[in-house]
Amino acid sequence: MTAFTRFALAAGVVATVATGAVQAEELRLLTWGGYAPDAVVAQFEKETGIDVQVTLSNNEDMISKLRATGGAGFDLAQPSQDRIIGVQRQFNIYQPLDMSRIDTGLIQTSMLNATRESTSMNGGQYGVPAVWGTSGLIVAGPAANVVTDYTDLCADAVAGRVSYRLKRPTLIGFAFAMGEDPFAAYDNEGEYRAILEKVEAALIECKANVKTYWSGGDELLALLRTGEVTAAMAWDAGGWTLHAENPSINFVAPESGALGWIDTFALPRRAENVDAAYQWINFVNRPEIAAQITNQSGNFTAAVGADAFVRAELRDAYRVSFNQEALDNINWYPPVPPGLEALEGQVLDRIQAAN
Amino acid sequence: MNRTAGKLSLLLLLTPFVLWIVLLVLLPHVQMLRISFQVRESWDSLDWGVTQYSNFFAESYYWRTFIRTGVMSLLTTALTLVIGFPIAWYIAKLARGRARGLLFLACLIPFWASELVRTYGWMILLRESGLFSSWLQALGWVDGPVEFLYNDVAVIVGLVYNALLFMVVPLVTTLDGLDDNLVEAGYDLGGNHWHVLRDIVVPWAMPGIVSGCIVVFMLTLGSYLTPTLMGGKDSAWFTQQIFTQFITRFNWEQGAALGVLLLVLSSLLVWLGLRLTGQNLRKVLG
Repeated sequence: MTAFTRFALAAGVVATVATGAVQAEELRLLTWGGYAPDAVVAQFEKETGIDVQVTLSNNEDMISKLRATGGAGFDLAQPSQDRIIGVQRQFNIYQPLDMSRIDTGLIQTSMLNATRESTSMNGGQYGVPAVWGTSGLIVAGPAANVVTDYTDLCADAVAGRVSYRLKRPTLIGFAFAMGEDPFAAYDNEGEYRAILEKVEAALIECKANVKTYWSGGDELLALLRTGEVTAAMAWDAGGWTLHAENPSINFVAPESGALGWIDTFALPRRAENVDAAYQWINFVNRPEIAAQITNQSGNFTAAVGADAFVRAELRDAYRVSFNQEALDNINWYPPVPPGLEALEGQVLDRIQAAN
Repeated sequence: MNRTAGKLSLLLLLTPFVLWIVLLVLLPHVQMLRISFQVRESWDSLDWGVTQYSNFFAESYYWRTFIRTGVMSLLTTALTLVIGFPIAWYIAKLARGRARGLLFLACLIPFWASELVRTYGWMILLRESGLFSSWLQALGWVDGPVEFLYNDVAVIVGLVYNALLFMVVPLVTTLDGLDDNLVEAGYDLGGNHWHVLRDIVVPWAMPGIVSGCIVVFMLTLGSYLTPTLMGGKDSAWFTQQIFTQFITRFNWEQGAALGVLLLVLSSLLVWLGLRLTGQNLRKVLG
C-alpha cells in the first residue's frame, strides 16, 4: 500500500465519521439555567435519539443572539411572553408555531390563553407557556418587618444593606409601589415617560441605600448568604433556595403585588430542526418531566398535574410566600410595545451614572 | 524565477497577518462605522443620520461617563508608572542571575489566571465579609465589618494590579540598555539621586515610559470586568455603556456610535500624550 492510498483511506474514514456526526439529529436549545436538567436531557436523548445542545441565556441575551443571526443558530428558544411581539416587529427573529403539533391538553388552559393573547401577531401565535414565576422581595431576619414593598428598600433602617438589579423589573416594581400602574400606561408614551421620571428620581434618591446592583443570580445569593445584604428585589426561586438553607430568609410578595412572568417556547425564524423542537415541547410538558424542571429551577411550570411530583419543601415554601390574596394580586407583564425599552434604557443609564 | 519565488513566499508569510487585520480588525470597524450612522425604525425600514452621535452630546451621562473613564484611566496609568518604575529598576539593574528570572516570573504569574479570577480574588479580600475586614476585626482595630469594595479606590486598585505587567516589561527592556557608567558619572559629577533620576534615567527610559503608558492607558480604558465587578453601584464605565447598548438594549446603532467615539477619542488622547512628551510613535514602538 502506497503512502497515498493510505492517506486517501484515512481521509475516507474521517469523512464518513464526520458525515455520521452531521446526520445524528440535534436540538439546539436556547434556554435559562435549570430549565433543561441533565436527567431530563438524558431521558429525551434516550427516547428520541436526538442530541440536545443546551445554551444558557437570559431574555436580553436571547434576543441579541437571535438578532445577530436573523433567527438562526438555535432550534428552540425560551423568551418571556412579554418580550416576543415587540422584538418580532423590530427584528423578525421568530416564526409562528403550528399549534396542531403541540399537545395543548398537557398545558394549563388559563396560561395557554394568556400567552396566546400576548404573543399573537398577524394571525400567528409565537409562544406557548413553559415556566412561570414572580419577582418580589427577599428579606432576611430583622429586615422582614421593615421591608414589605419595593419602596421600603429605601428605608433608613436597611441603609447600605439593600440590593436590586438595574433592569426594567425594578422600574416596574417601584412604579407599582409608588401607586402608579405602568402596565396601563404601556400604550401611552407620554404617560409612561411621566411615570418613569418619578421612578428615576426615587431610584437616584435611593442609590445611597444600595450596597451594589446585582447582575447575576449567584452574586445575589452570595450577598444574602453572607448577610452583607438583608433586603433585595429578586426572583421567588432564589428566595426559596435561600429559605431552605436558612429559615430566617424569606421570599415575600410585596404589598403592591409581585410581578408575574411566563417564559415560553418560541421557534427561531431559521430553526433547522423544527420537528425536534415540537418533540421537546411535548416531552417536557409531561407532568413527571415538568416536575423535574420545577425541582431543579425552583420555578413552577405550565404543565397540568405536575404539582403532584414536585418536592414537598418547595410546595411548602411556595405556600408561605403566596396566600390566595397575594396570588390574586400578581401583576402579570403585558407585551412590551416597541420603543419602550429604549426609553427605559435611558432612565437606567441615568441612574447608573448619577452620584 | 528566484525573485518570483521570493515574492511568493513573502506573500504567503504575510497572508495570515493580512487576513487577520482585514477580517478581524478592519472589516468589523467599517461595519461598526456603518451601523453607527443607521437610524432604526423597524426591522425592514432603515434611515441614515447622526442621531446616535448627537445623543452622546445631548445626554449628559454619556459624556460624563466618558470623562470619568478617561480621568480614572489617566490616574491608573500614573499610579502604575509610579509603582512599576522601582520594580522595573530593581529587575533591570539590581537583581542578578536567578533572582532576576524569578522576579520577572512573579510579575507574570498572576496573568496565568484570567482577569475574572483575579478580580474575584480581590473581591474575596475586600468584601465586607472578606479577609481584610475580618483581619482588622481580629486585631481589634475596628469594631464592625468594613466594606472596602464597591468604590472608586477599589476599582483603581484592581486596574493597577491588572496593568502592572504591561508597564514593567517595556520599562525593564529600556532600562536594561542604560549604561551603568552613565549613572556613576552622574554621581561623580556631584549630582544627587534626584538629579540622576531626572537628567539621566528618565530621559533614557522615556520611550519605555511612553509605550508602557500607552498600553496601560488603552488597556484600562477598554477594561470591562474590573470596573463592573469592583465598582458596584458607582461603576459607570464607558465600555460598560457600550456593552449595555449592544447586549441589554439591543441598540446596536447607539453601541456602535459609542464604540466609534471611544476609538476616536482615545486615539486623540494618545496622540496628545505623544505630542506633550515630545515622542513619536515610531521611536516608542521601535
